[in-house]
Amino acid sequence: MNYDIAPPQASTFAPKVDALFYVISALTAFFTIVVFALVLYFAVKYRKGSKADRSNIVHDSHKIELAWSIPPLVLGLGIFAWGAQVFIEMRTMPKDAIEIFVIGKQWMWHVQHPNGVRENNEIHVPLGKKVKLTMISQDVIHAVYIPAFRAQYQVIPGRYTTLWFEPTKEGKYPLFCNMYCGTQHSEMGGYVYVVKPDEYAQFLARGGDKKKPGAPTSLVERGKELYTKLNCLGCHELNDNVRGPSLHGIAGAKRKLKTGELVAADDDYLREAIIRPEAKIVNGYENTMPQDYKGQLTEEQIRELLEYIKSLTGKSASVAPTPNEGMNP
Amino acid sequence: MSATVVTPGEAVQAPEPESSSVNYLNVSHTLRSWLLTGDHKRIAVLYLISVTFFFFLGSIAASLVRIELMSPNGLMMESETYNKMFSAHGIIMIFFFLIPSIPAIFGNFLIPIMIGARDLAFPRLNLASWYMYMIAGVLVLMSFLMGGVESGWTFYTPYSSLTTSQVTLCLIGLFIMGFSSIATGLNFIVTIHKMRAPGMTWDRLPLFVWAHYATSIIIILGTPVVAITLLLVVMERMFDIGVFNPANGGDPVLFQHMFWFYSHPAVYIMVLPGMGVISELISNFSQKRTFGYHMIAYSSLAIALLGFLVWGHHMFVAGQSMYQGVVFSLLSFILAVPSAIKVFNWTATIYKGQVRLQTPMVYALGFLGLFLIGGLTGLYLACLATDVHLTATYFIVAHFHYVMVGGAMVAFLGALHYWWPKMFGRMYPDSWGKMSALLVFVGFNLTFFPQFVMGYMGMPRRYHYYYFAPEFQPYHIASTLGSSVLAVGLILPALYLTWSLKYGKKVGPNPWNARGLEWETASPPITTNFEQIPIVEHEAYDFDHGPIDDTWDEESPIRAHEVKR
Repeated sequence: MNYDIAPPQASTFAPKVDALFYVISALTAFFTIVVFALVLYFAVKYRKGSKADRSNIVHDSHKIELAWSIPPLVLGLGIFAWGAQVFIEMRTMPKDAIEIFVIGKQWMWHVQHPNGVRENNEIHVPLGKKVKLTMISQDVIHAVYIPAFRAQYQVIPGRYTTLWFEPTKEGKYPLFCNMYCGTQHSEMGGYVYVVKPDEYAQFLARGGDKKKPGAPTSLVERGKELYTKLNCLGCHELNDNVRGPSLHGIAGAKRKLKTGELVAADDDYLREAIIRPEAKIVNGYENTMPQDYKGQLTEEQIRELLEYIKSLTGKSASVAPTPNEGMNP
Repeated sequence: MSATVVTPGEAVQAPEPESSSVNYLNVSHTLRSWLLTGDHKRIAVLYLISVTFFFFLGSIAASLVRIELMSPNGLMMESETYNKMFSAHGIIMIFFFLIPSIPAIFGNFLIPIMIGARDLAFPRLNLASWYMYMIAGVLVLMSFLMGGVESGWTFYTPYSSLTTSQVTLCLIGLFIMGFSSIATGLNFIVTIHKMRAPGMTWDRLPLFVWAHYATSIIIILGTPVVAITLLLVVMERMFDIGVFNPANGGDPVLFQHMFWFYSHPAVYIMVLPGMGVISELISNFSQKRTFGYHMIAYSSLAIALLGFLVWGHHMFVAGQSMYQGVVFSLLSFILAVPSAIKVFNWTATIYKGQVRLQTPMVYALGFLGLFLIGGLTGLYLACLATDVHLTATYFIVAHFHYVMVGGAMVAFLGALHYWWPKMFGRMYPDSWGKMSALLVFVGFNLTFFPQFVMGYMGMPRRYHYYYFAPEFQPYHIASTLGSSVLAVGLILPALYLTWSLKYGKKVGPNPWNARGLEWETASPPITTNFEQIPIVEHEAYDFDHGPIDDTWDEESPIRAHEVKR
């Protein structure tokens, strides 16, 4: 039996979070011990009938109150600033990270690497490389929690959330679902394997540990197949036309809606445009999208479509999202 | 029980023969006279009985959860049963013990007496609030018996709108419970504003009353929000309205915002009345005016108002924007200050007092120790980076149990032991009281301290099995063993307090030599509280005036103001 009192430190965040943790622990221990010791000492020293000196009793003093309120406040604000700084680093996704796609569903984790290799309840990640998880839930709210990385974020249905880390130590670390999600919540877990970058490359090349016939196809390739199968090209051609806007270069572009609102075409926008096309109609178009993709497509397929759409850059000038755009600058 | 136990009641002269006198308890004996009473004291007793009953149920659920967790593979339940068990524990303890306990029992009993009134402003609304509490309780217990509730006390959507367990019935029960709270809060606010005795200015209000005033503000501002939220979940389940369901364009995170907008302030609904109790205990058992009376009173109001601005600190990893996280974190750190002021001021009150270490004071000292840890561990969770690692783990479980159980429940027990002789006219054996206070303190720490370590190591809360992380088992076993000590500490008062109802020593009006109008009326009080409405001439906790008790112990009585200056 292992009697550790701290989780292993296996990411760049771990020592930073732990440093904060130990400083707050020191403050907590200091204030608890000093104040509680004083309380007990006073309670005994000034017990009824004791001969202790009770002269010059003060009943009210804003000076004293300020004197003992301000130092803890200043310490608290210092902890706040330090914590916020580390948090901002945690929540700012690096541009150069390897993006791994994670779907949570009752009660398993489904993982896809960029080249299409899939895993269930396990995530292989390369040592010393930044890894970004893009996550979505197929049913209720879950949370990816990897204690050894001090990394956690909720996995929510209907929108993408992200999480990043940089592993610093090889090994096998628990991965927990940390948002109560139903009967088998406690078994919705698995492991994160931190392996050397060349082992990770080999892992991807051999198609993961679950042998399946044929080489893995990447998310973009599978998205392209779906794009063809669903006949998206029937309306969304290389250039805008009356049936639908072009999807080339759409990812990240600003879209002007019928309501006049200007929104960025991020992952959540593109996802919603597929399964709930009525929600945001681009100016100049009618809603002629088939309405039934919601029931047909899994989150995994939607992601594949998104990856394919994001790879479309055939058109250079895609900033003009609607045919009318030129007329109202 | 030893006959040599010295109870404080012995020492004080009882000027009138209470045994023959009529009081609120013996004025009538029919069941009807109790069930249709408008007397705030009788309603408080009704609440005491029913809240104790629910506390007992919640404790059984807690014990079963703790036993189950001794093995990584579980001992006796299926996961579904386990989930229903921790949900039942949370729902009962939060909504039927912590929220109503101190306000509905002691607030109800004491606020009119403390301000020199004959009753609350709306006696029938007060009785109605108890009936709503009971109806809510019956509905919620029915939902447990008819299949159970598997969604935890937090009811996060979309799980709570999709699960097939009896969530709808349970939520309707909690919706009604909300109205019970609102009725009580409204009653307190009106009573405190309009019914104070002559001379009972705001500056002279006991701090217990100030704390309840602040609590009532939170109740009437916050409870409607959670009532609407729970109703929306019911409508989501029944009519699929899609407010929280992303498949219909809803936002599940919106639920978390609306839920915590109430449920964070609700933490203060649970703990502010406890702080009010502690202010009374510290001052009266130190026989000294509270240090910084005004700061303690105003800090209650500050907590009530600031408490509404920090709900987002429950959602640092829940898809709320990074900037929101930073703002909520900052506000949470600022909110720590008023609580810190209270703790420091209590400590300063003991300083140079005449401290009597009787049972209620032992509970108050225990509260200080546990609340210090509970409050300070809040810093780990207000701090963004550490919260990312600790949120939803056993660290949070330990933290809020230190605040809710170590704070609110220990204060409840302190209040129970302090006002018990006032409510029932008889004293329990002090040595048993002290022993139970000590057992609660030790047992509580043994139960919950290991959970801090376990949480830091990454043990998620609400886990039935942990067989793929068996390193947590020693902590679970330690915690369960500790909880058995805690259980003994809680069973003891149930026994000796019940015993004291018949066999306890009778006490006079003021067995503790305490200050406050409730100690100037008979124990137990008459139905109208006072023969004549008192006129208040001194500030609260004025130990320079009022009855002098020099017979409390054998040592020479020295009183603070008599010492040469």
